[in-house]
Amino acid sequence: MTKNVLLVGVGGQGTILAAKILTQGLLEAGYDVKMSEIHGMSQRGGSVSSHVRYGEKVESSTIEPGAADILVSFEKMEALRELKFLKPDGIAVVNEHEMPSMPILTGDAVYPKDAVEEIKKHVKTIVLNATQMALDLGNGKVANIVLLGTIIKAMKLENIDWESIVKKQVKPAFVDLNLKALRCGMDAVNL
Amino acid sequence: MKYLLTGDEAIARGAYEAGVHFASAYPGTPSTEILENLAKYEEICAEWAPNEKVALESAIGASIAGGRAMASMKHVGLNVAADPFFTFAYTGVNGGAVIISADEPGQHSAQNEQDNRNYAKSAKIPMFEPANSQECRDMVLESYKLSEEYDTPVMIRMTTRVCHGKSIVECGERKEVAIREYVKDAKKYVCVPANAKVLRRNLELKLAKLKKYSETTPFNFEEIKSDKVGVIASGPCYHYAKEVFGEDASYLKLGFTFPMPDDKIRAFCQKVEKVYIVEENDPYIEERVRYLGFNCYGKDLLPKYGEMTPDVIKQGFFGEEPAVIAYDESAVVGRPPTLCAGCPHRGFFYELGKRKNVMISGDIGCYTLGFAKPYNALDSCICMGASFSIGHGAQQVFNMTEDKKMRVVSVLGDSTFLHTGVNSLIDVIYNNSNAVSVILDNRITGMTGHQENPGTGYNAKGNEANMIDIEALVKAIGIKHIRTINPNNLKEVSDALDEFLALDEPSVIITKWPCALKKFSKEDKEEFPGAFTKKMVVNRDKCIGCKMCMKCGCPAISFDAENKKAVIDGIQCVGCGVCSQLCPKDAIEWKED
Repeated sequence: MTKNVLLVGVGGQGTILAAKILTQGLLEAGYDVKMSEIHGMSQRGGSVSSHVRYGEKVESSTIEPGAADILVSFEKMEALRELKFLKPDGIAVVNEHEMPSMPILTGDAVYPKDAVEEIKKHVKTIVLNATQMALDLGNGKVANIVLLGTIIKAMKLENIDWESIVKKQVKPAFVDLNLKALRCGMDAVNL
Repeated sequence: MKYLLTGDEAIARGAYEAGVHFASAYPGTPSTEILENLAKYEEICAEWAPNEKVALESAIGASIAGGRAMASMKHVGLNVAADPFFTFAYTGVNGGAVIISADEPGQHSAQNEQDNRNYAKSAKIPMFEPANSQECRDMVLESYKLSEEYDTPVMIRMTTRVCHGKSIVECGERKEVAIREYVKDAKKYVCVPANAKVLRRNLELKLAKLKKYSETTPFNFEEIKSDKVGVIASGPCYHYAKEVFGEDASYLKLGFTFPMPDDKIRAFCQKVEKVYIVEENDPYIEERVRYLGFNCYGKDLLPKYGEMTPDVIKQGFFGEEPAVIAYDESAVVGRPPTLCAGCPHRGFFYELGKRKNVMISGDIGCYTLGFAKPYNALDSCICMGASFSIGHGAQQVFNMTEDKKMRVVSVLGDSTFLHTGVNSLIDVIYNNSNAVSVILDNRITGMTGHQENPGTGYNAKGNEANMIDIEALVKAIGIKHIRTINPNNLKEVSDALDEFLALDEPSVIITKWPCALKKFSKEDKEEFPGAFTKKMVVNRDKCIGCKMCMKCGCPAISFDAENKKAVIDGIQCVGCGVCSQLCPKDAIEWKED
């Protein structure tokens, strides 16, 4: 069976790097892997998503509505926006980080503070503050790796040698930090 | 070796393996990464051209000289390059030549949706349509063989999901290909009518041979599993259809779609009871199937626009809606793309948007976002390099009205100016327009992700290059009123607009400040010392909560409604200083280190 991982967030949050490391690990574990993402205009503070699909043989590179096994949202409101992509029995991972969009900043709309409560009503939900965890580790930028850790745990992919894959993808000086971030994310998931 | 590659990376890899000597492109989503990856190979001379027409023309020159050449562009780029494209079909090649067209079904990052398969048919240039990264690599290698064997340029039509989708690719090694001998041959390369008429006739003979190729190439293949249901698909639609129809249906997967394999299509349609056509954009395959006399299901049921992802196919053909979680989505707020914190366009659009009786003619780039709230500072945006000419035409008509109250300000970026905007500025000076033309020079090609251009002083390989001096170029064209300003200084912006809007002659404002995301070159560091090194902070004792600072639309500024104070996000702020100029109480201050 093909497994579907959907990473969503805001341009600049590092969803692409997290998806890249994930797909590299899946490739080395022998899976057929496809990934789809959109670059360009949406990078400028817009909503972004990376679709990762793996299994014995994968056809489409995109995930259909109602088909994601796991939805990992790097930003709280984005989780609510993309919840329609999650399977009714799928898992939602939500980073409790709020990034108000322009209509909210200009006062035309209000940030949905209760996003997590709405999601929890419908699906199994893991809530964490990956941004704070990353800051506690000394670098807010590795929030994406913390969230990658949650995917690895939730999708039972711990057997893949992530340490060697991370080493190939990040600069030597940041390997330890990234591995710690990965561990943090894995520890945040208790299923 | 197996790699996980995007389609764009796989195209570059295929070109590398095929021994390509020369490649040229202008950046455009989703094709940009092809040239970026080609530039990484030492063996290939890979260049950014000022526009797609120039890119294709230099590739044609490289081919005539005997090298293997590639030109890559986004779908609308081929409109710009259409002139050489059509005649290149007549001359054919010396070294193999491949043109990549990256189409955008669903318009993720483009001003329109067009099906460039029609270009291949119209120009009579053979065409491949890859479905995944492996096919991207394989079809490039095949294209060069085909190009040289049949003496024709070859087009590869990609789409966004193929360009930016990753899948596994089995790669090989580069095989060096000798540069072919250059032979002067006016009958082949000089397209005067006498020669071109002969070439036109010969083109039909080539197409007849290519038709035979289309019938036999393994890139057009059948999978017969059912005599009930048959699907004909091209590009990623083949994979989408497989998700829907599964392994029990029969498929005719078309990877080479001009000329079309009519016999293969006939044979397939006769083997199955029902034929479904899945393709993105126009009913290109469908029209051929109907022309051959077969009934089918296609665009009568599926949308004629957008992507044909599995959910769209299920909905269109079978009326099936996906089972999704029923939740309250009403609280979700839109997240449109915005000018980044520190964007040098912000100060300019803030001032420009305040003007009354001004039509603002816009263009393609990050600054197109100036149309949105809170600036509302763009009235039109059609295509690359169009703002000055559209602005000129509009001003000519406004000048015919009785009160003559409407003035035009036309805006475009540095890369867009050098793309085709320079031609429009020549129109402005030649026809003595009093429209104000503005070049927003942020020292880089921004929207596509920071590619060098003729104005940056660096080339596609990251090496130093001759730099076009935009101000000197504008002067050389004959513009007398030129002002180069810092767009973060609102008074400079306002004064320049006041002064030039009062003129009755052509004028150009150049706003010069680097993109906030740009990696500074050593020249940037010298020219803009201290830029983006400090941050700003709100002095909460002075802030009166008037929200004036929020009118500049910076994503780093939000409002603490509880305490009625503005807040600057210290992570996003890069210290452009625009917001501090709006504060009536001087409450926005430089942050102490």
